[in-house]
Amino acid sequence: MVGHIRIEDVVKTYGEIKALDSVTLDMEMGRVSTLLGVNGSGKTTLLRIMSGLDEPTGGNVLFNNQKMQSQQLRQISTLIFQKTVMFNRSVFDNVALGLRIRGFSRGEVERRVSEALASVGLAKFGKRRARKLSGGEQQRVALARAFAVEPQILLLDEPTANLDPANAATIENVIRKTRERETCTVVLATHNLHQAKRLSDMVVHIHCGKVLEVASPEDFFTHPSNETTRKFVEGELQF
Amino acid sequence: MFETFVVAFRQALDLILSGDPEVLSITLRSLYVSGLATMLSCMWGLPLSVALGLSSFPGKKLIRGFFNALLGIPTVALGLVLYLLLSKSGPLGIFHLLYTPLGISVGQSILITPIVVSFASSAVESTDVELRDLARTLGASSFQTSSVMLRESLWGIVLAVIASFNRAIAELGIAMMVGGNIRYVTRVLTTSIALETARGEVALSIALAIILMAIVFSITVAIGSARRE
Repeated sequence: MVGHIRIEDVVKTYGEIKALDSVTLDMEMGRVSTLLGVNGSGKTTLLRIMSGLDEPTGGNVLFNNQKMQSQQLRQISTLIFQKTVMFNRSVFDNVALGLRIRGFSRGEVERRVSEALASVGLAKFGKRRARKLSGGEQQRVALARAFAVEPQILLLDEPTANLDPANAATIENVIRKTRERETCTVVLATHNLHQAKRLSDMVVHIHCGKVLEVASPEDFFTHPSNETTRKFVEGELQF
Repeated sequence: MFETFVVAFRQALDLILSGDPEVLSITLRSLYVSGLATMLSCMWGLPLSVALGLSSFPGKKLIRGFFNALLGIPTVALGLVLYLLLSKSGPLGIFHLLYTPLGISVGQSILITPIVVSFASSAVESTDVELRDLARTLGASSFQTSSVMLRESLWGIVLAVIASFNRAIAELGIAMMVGGNIRYVTRVLTTSIALETARGEVALSIALAIILMAIVFSITVAIGSARRE
């Protein structure tokens, strides 16, 4: 199947600490797979491995049934960080950087950057300094930067965690549109249950580095099969 | 006393404004010698700074500590060591660098290398580490990531280079001991100021000191303005 990601028995340890413990998951193109879990559950670690930023201690990441190395993953995926990171350049140059790194021609860079900025409602922001924008605008630039390289895997690490409701809604709309285009596999990490309900096609509950439940949003939120997941959904989970 | 100073100051201004050939040649030689020293120190100092700023390896702290310790090295002590090394009977005497402008440049480049390494590596290191991850997740190779990080810390590196140049052009010990202060050959601003003051030629000393300070200040101000823009 095109755009299929398989996380196969992935383990990640930091010294004595097991951040991910034999995680196995399947994710499909054109769907939003949401990783839910409390802080420190392993969501970001899994995203960093899927993006090729970190190597797993054990296990594999497969894309279209092919085992992927970190460098290969970095070529087909893009990760949007929880804390918005902007290069000290104009908005245009921020969005264009990934394209320039990949050796696109000047004309192609200009076309793709214009399209990406328009898709997040920032068509006229190209010449502005990226670091002077508001938090919500910066997160939209980060999305445009990711869209410009047309990734096959779009990874979002709590992209609305620090945003006001209006900006969060804008970001969510952009994610919905991305899903509708069915050109990439979207993986969203969040601890926001409402956002997971609104956006997900599949919800994965990660707790202490283990996958406890994988279900559709309806099943996940109405009758979870795992007791810890039930407590998490009902806000009873004690740390 | 004050009147003497005013007279000397006027004469100094006359020397500068009239374009006195000796003043001009000393100034140009200073710019050349210290400019070359800065280029040499950047040649080996900047790659080392990037390596220290971007990567972790055993002995990194030791190397940083070494360069930090060398920041305050007395120029006269370094000048003496270089004199002994470069003198005819010294181990590097075969290069015939003693009492040459190139000799001063080499000496100054050694003096300012710790400034380049310490300041530039700090500038690279202080760049947000998440920018490195971001560049990588956009598909950058290790070399491309290093280039992006260098670009992000550009102003810090420029300031390191400027500080190095200012230190080189303002130092006396190496220029005196390695250069020998030979007229029309190795005489630079600082050695001339020392010599002319000792000889009682205060006007010329003041003229050269004004030029030296003008060079240092104007470069710093120009870089500051460019950064704001």
